[in-house]
Amino acid sequence: MIPLSHYLVVSALLFAIGSAGVFLRKNLITILLSVEIMLNAVNLSFVAFGRFNGTVDGQIITFFVMTVAAAEAAVGLALVIALFRGRESLNPDAFTSLKW
Amino acid sequence: MNSLIPLIPLLPFAGFVVNSTMGKRLPKSISGGLASLVMVVSFLISAYLVWQLAQLAPEQRVMTSTLYRWIASGEFTLDVTFLIDPLSAVMLLVITGIGSLIHIYSTAYMHDEVDSEFARYFSYLNLFAAFMLVLVLGSSFPVLFVGWEGVGLCSYLLIGFWFKKKSAADAGKKAFVVNRIGDYAFLLGMFALFAMFGTLEVRGVAAKVAAMPPEAGFGLLSLATLLLFIGATGKSAQIPLYVWLPDAMEGPTPVSALIHAATMVTAGVYMIGRNAVLFSHTPDTLTIVAIVGAATALMAGTIGLVQNDIKRVLAYSTVSQLGLMFLAMGVGAFGAGIFHLYTHAFFKACLFLGSGAVIHALHGEQDIRNMGGLKKYLPVTYWTFVIGSLALAGVPLLAGFFSKDELLFETFVGGHQILWGIGALASLLTAIYMGRLVFLTFHGERRHDAPAAADAHGHGAHGAHGHDEHGHGAPHDAPPAMALALVVLALGSVLAGYIGVPAGLGGHNELGAWLAPSFAAPVEAGAVAEAGAARAEAAAEAAEEHEAGEIGLERTLMGVSSAIAIGGLLVAWFIWIQRREIAGQMARSFAPIHKLLLNKYYVDEIYDATVVRPVQAVSREGLWRGVDVGVIDGAVNGVATIVDAGSMVLRRLQTGSVRAYAGSFFIGVVLMLGYYLWR
Repeated sequence: MIPLSHYLVVSALLFAIGSAGVFLRKNLITILLSVEIMLNAVNLSFVAFGRFNGTVDGQIITFFVMTVAAAEAAVGLALVIALFRGRESLNPDAFTSLKW
Repeated sequence: MNSLIPLIPLLPFAGFVVNSTMGKRLPKSISGGLASLVMVVSFLISAYLVWQLAQLAPEQRVMTSTLYRWIASGEFTLDVTFLIDPLSAVMLLVITGIGSLIHIYSTAYMHDEVDSEFARYFSYLNLFAAFMLVLVLGSSFPVLFVGWEGVGLCSYLLIGFWFKKKSAADAGKKAFVVNRIGDYAFLLGMFALFAMFGTLEVRGVAAKVAAMPPEAGFGLLSLATLLLFIGATGKSAQIPLYVWLPDAMEGPTPVSALIHAATMVTAGVYMIGRNAVLFSHTPDTLTIVAIVGAATALMAGTIGLVQNDIKRVLAYSTVSQLGLMFLAMGVGAFGAGIFHLYTHAFFKACLFLGSGAVIHALHGEQDIRNMGGLKKYLPVTYWTFVIGSLALAGVPLLAGFFSKDELLFETFVGGHQILWGIGALASLLTAIYMGRLVFLTFHGERRHDAPAAADAHGHGAHGAHGHDEHGHGAPHDAPPAMALALVVLALGSVLAGYIGVPAGLGGHNELGAWLAPSFAAPVEAGAVAEAGAARAEAAAEAAEEHEAGEIGLERTLMGVSSAIAIGGLLVAWFIWIQRREIAGQMARSFAPIHKLLLNKYYVDEIYDATVVRPVQAVSREGLWRGVDVGVIDGAVNGVATIVDAGSMVLRRLQTGSVRAYAGSFFIGVVLMLGYYLWR
């Protein structure tokens, strides 16, 4: 049987990859995808803990996260489309007028 | 206990409340009538109570009424108590009696004001009467002080009654500020007394002081009485704080008569009389009081000689007469001082009201160089004015003669010959300037020879009055309400002195005997009879002594002062009727002195340079530009500047870059987690 720590290491790796994507990529859609990776990293650790503790709590929370993620993706993509219409760009550095 | 006593001040106060709240909607007949009515009722109650007081034995003539406990702090308690004794009885009758007449006079004098102004005037006048009555009824220093401050407030309000005129507003302010200086000293004196005796009841202090020997040097007790006296110089217009009184003539003339001649300005004299026991124990202070009084009497008398404004002449005369009262207080002749206060109230009120009638008839003209020949137009005013002037000058058998004579006699007998000389000189000046005033105003031909520049004052005050132009032809005499007050006061000026006929003229000085218990330390009930017997014995002894040597002296001095009064009037008659050109010649040949007097010894200018300007400079440069602008505004603005500068730096953090924000979240989360993991 695969021990809990393996799941957590994979989860941490996924989370790190996701956050690196959020910080480093210059395309809004890629950033959204990276956020999804981070969410799924968390989901993985929830499920692993649930299995480890012998309860279903982790699975239930994961369902909630997936639902919210779906909604978030819908809203996020809609915002990306609206932003693209305004600036003809998907680079987050192009949207810095809300400052000072 | 006597339940009628509180009504005396409460009735005028009720008049104030009604007139100040509903006065705008009341017609003049009701607001003025109500104000006069409460004064008359107050007078009747006072008269009834004084009659009751007179039924008691001289030693027991004290009636009190405690309203409520004002202060209770540890061992110390203070009640609001009203007290009627012979001294406050005299003051009560003067204030309510003359006050009633002046209220009645005012209903005619102020009739040209609009309803709301008319009611405002009477509400102030009633409030003044209420405070003045509290002042004389108060049995303790704090209660007296409430009245003392209250009359100062009303004086300010009434001097500045025509506040749209700048000179009137300034005069009110000057009166208030100068009075504050005196009031401050008065408060300090009160604190000193409390520190020494632990009580603020006037009679309590007197009882404790009476057990002590008179202070030999200038100690704490002398300091306390001196501070009280400085308070009195402010309220009663003595050197060095007399400067506000002549300016106070900017107020309506009945106000000058009531507040600035008959009642409020005598509060200082009354206060010293009330504390006679205390002051008798500090001979040093008494000497200062006498010297200041004599100096003021002389100085104001000389200024009065050359002034051209009818009311200002009377104002300086008031200052001079108050000086004489303080002279009497200072030589320990408290009875004589109060006697002069009482007669002075009659003839000076009469003179002021007479001058008001003249001003009324001439539509605001106050310069005596523009008067003359008014005798045939204003017979009632003329005759009452003449009687008042003769009484003031001290012509024999009129009120002023008895009181002034008593006062000068006591000064002389007290061994103060120099002060007597100054007092006599001041009386001579009084006779001369009163003669000048009467002759210039009422005799000779109508004149209009005042320089145009001197016209500045006077017109504004009555300019608002709705007189028709045709009134200028023949001045009309005083209307009935004014004539009534004038005639009654003129009668008073003749008769008021007869309650104090001196022994030298076969009298017994009833007023002096009546007042005597007020100037002695209060005695315990058990000791009353004994003290009464002792006092009777002492009085008999004194009378015997009096018989022996003093009657001759008294008659001689009486002759001297009669000669002074009549001589002064004759001089005035010679200069201003017979040979009018002499006045001009004298003014030219003594030009520097004339100029000095005309400019009132430049005292206003000296105060301006030595006090007003430095205070203003310190206020402007130090307190305003330094403390207010520099420190206070500086601190407030400094905080704002620091916050502003800090924000200028911190706002750079808001870059607008989403990734920078996300990065800062991330770093923050890592730091927090790191803290919990590694702590």
